[in-house]
Amino acid sequence: MTDGATWVDEALREHEREARSTPRKAATGAEREQQVLDRIDRARRRRPKVREERITMAHGSGGKATRTLVEAVFVDAFSNVLLDPLEDAAQLQVNGSRVALTTDSYVVSPLFFPGGDIGDLAVNGTVNDLAVSGATPLYLSAGFILEEGFPVADLTRIVASMKAAAEAAGVQVVTGDTKVVQKGKADGCYINTAGIGVLEHEVSLGVANAQPGDVIIVSGPIGEHGVTIMLARGELDIEADLISDTAPLNGLIADLLSATTGVRALRDATRGGVATILNEVATSAGVGVRVNEDAIPVSAVVRGASELLGIDPMYVACEGRLVAVVAPDQAAAALAALRGHSLGAQAAIIGEVTAEPPGAVLLKTAFGGTRIVDLLVGDPLPRIC
Amino acid sequence: MRFVDEFRDADKAHALAAKIADLCEPGRQYKLMEVCGGHTHTIYKHGLEDYLPESITLVHGPGCPVCVIPMGRVDDAIALASEPDTIMTSFGDMMRVPGSKGSFFDAKAAGTDIRMVYSPLDSLKIARQNPDKRVVFMAIGFETTTPSTAMTVLRAAAEGLTNFSVFCNHVTIIPAIKAILDSPDLRLDGFIGPGHVSTIIGCRPYEFIARDYGKPVVVAGFEPLDILQSIYLLMVQLSEGRSEVENQYTRVVPWDGNLAALKAITQVMELRPYFEWRGLGFISQSAMRMRPDYAAFDAELLFQVPGVRVADPKACQCGEVLKGVLKPWECKVFGTACTPETPIGTCMVSPEGACAAYYNFGRLHRRRVVEVSIS
Repeated sequence: MTDGATWVDEALREHEREARSTPRKAATGAEREQQVLDRIDRARRRRPKVREERITMAHGSGGKATRTLVEAVFVDAFSNVLLDPLEDAAQLQVNGSRVALTTDSYVVSPLFFPGGDIGDLAVNGTVNDLAVSGATPLYLSAGFILEEGFPVADLTRIVASMKAAAEAAGVQVVTGDTKVVQKGKADGCYINTAGIGVLEHEVSLGVANAQPGDVIIVSGPIGEHGVTIMLARGELDIEADLISDTAPLNGLIADLLSATTGVRALRDATRGGVATILNEVATSAGVGVRVNEDAIPVSAVVRGASELLGIDPMYVACEGRLVAVVAPDQAAAALAALRGHSLGAQAAIIGEVTAEPPGAVLLKTAFGGTRIVDLLVGDPLPRIC
Repeated sequence: MRFVDEFRDADKAHALAAKIADLCEPGRQYKLMEVCGGHTHTIYKHGLEDYLPESITLVHGPGCPVCVIPMGRVDDAIALASEPDTIMTSFGDMMRVPGSKGSFFDAKAAGTDIRMVYSPLDSLKIARQNPDKRVVFMAIGFETTTPSTAMTVLRAAAEGLTNFSVFCNHVTIIPAIKAILDSPDLRLDGFIGPGHVSTIIGCRPYEFIARDYGKPVVVAGFEPLDILQSIYLLMVQLSEGRSEVENQYTRVVPWDGNLAALKAITQVMELRPYFEWRGLGFISQSAMRMRPDYAAFDAELLFQVPGVRVADPKACQCGEVLKGVLKPWECKVFGTACTPETPIGTCMVSPEGACAAYYNFGRLHRRRVVEVSIS
């Protein structure tokens, strides 16, 4: 083979080391397969390494490549007890008050899409990251990176929808920043928002809290934001009656948390979709997750578009849906609280947490089979046939 | 959803599974190959193996378009894309396929202009919008995608586009099946025939498999019940000692194929004397190239193609997996050195690849945690 495929050599050397450390015994087919599977499990638990020399689009997809980059580069450098849980918001003590802090950047294309635009997305996303940590969102910052030549009318429109979204969520934008870069150095308009909220309840809603027996609830039909964006890019020539689900979830979450004390974990299902959240539950809590495909709410439009494109709605982004892990005896109360709110009218129990197999998400398919729902490496890629 | 849900009915699946189990002779092992990667994907996505008795093994065949592309062709494509003023277009599946120096995604990150398209016709749009650039379409796939490439070239010719060309890697399924049948280390009982390929070539080309090799073939659709019914039809043939070509996918596949599509292919392309397949080596008359009449659209003539030959990494056993000799987990590097994040072999790249499908969807099956009970 030619030189240059050094990463292959490196991967193979690593494999050899691993293979030597686990001596092979003569064994039956089933035992050998089990040995291989155990070896894979060990390989999956090893510290992640970024093998690429350059950032690829996969590093921004929210899947395995993102997690590897975050752990190998960012956590490696910044590691501290507040950061390391990698929850949606950090929980801090400031002069005796408990505060949640989060930040997020928005680079959506197109900037305007059915059901919203980059402006309300930038407010709702950060509000939601605070709300799922159990905080009441209060104040946001907004940083704009604008490309030379960007129409002021578009910026005004984006800012107006940020204002409306902030009012709807009950937060204020209290500080900001503006930068302009040369034409071609950015794609119109990027926004970063950071947010602060207060933690009024003594609750911890991290995914590591999940326990066997807990039920898993989603607050509504999944994948609507992601499919809307794919269609709005106009590359697919599919027309569908679908709008983004972008919405502030703090009202819904307040209703949920006041109705029951049984909520163990909350996440909003953004990049990587519900499948990625379920994997985070399984990995962080060291539990199994079993979900029932029949029970997962998916609109006919999202299902149809996903079938055509060969993608799985479980991995498609939402911007106004949460995943809740709830103690079994509180499941009915939690479901009723969610359904009592307009944003949770179609909430549904989709599965449960189990002791076995730790770290894995299993899906019972509507067809009656079972399969693993793993993290994707990068963005879902359409299949060619 | 219409045309989908009726083919995923669990009750019908249970009924079919019982009939299939009844047809198994005690003590006999059955190895059935699904030729097409789309079938492999369906089998894992829906957990179809849960319905099969242990005596039936599904062997995943070579019909995954990106899995059979040799590393050298990926390197060639990246070399083409790196020419000045060039835009390369390709299907999404192709983006992560590793060459010896990385994938399209890596090349893109290093500054090469490689764009994902959903149809080859999108490449024409890009060519029209960028008259000062040369747009090269990385064409891959079996007979399923070949007609759309041919139609795109015909459209480009009709429009008089001069900045569009095709790097043709289209392959044909029959020589690959024949190579597998002639492989000494393999014993198959029957074939689940590729559905979408057959919409183009029809069912007749498979007759030699039944006649000369005595193996039954059932051309199958892509929904889980299609595949289960095809396995049932294969088992009926085997139990009656017949070997015929049957068409389960009649709602889509005409017995004689799609004559208009075949005509378009023949007009634009001709068979290559030989072509290298990943893991299977050189197979004669197994791939297409542009006819001399359409040389103006042939990237291999318009550009300097390095023609790299890269041997597969020694530890990689894609060939054995593609032939069905090894199961994915039996490959030496499966799941440790070779994973979906860092695929060494192409079988690990596409969701249709046998290894990626097994890694993503099938790993836990073997642990017999099949029963998922949710109240």
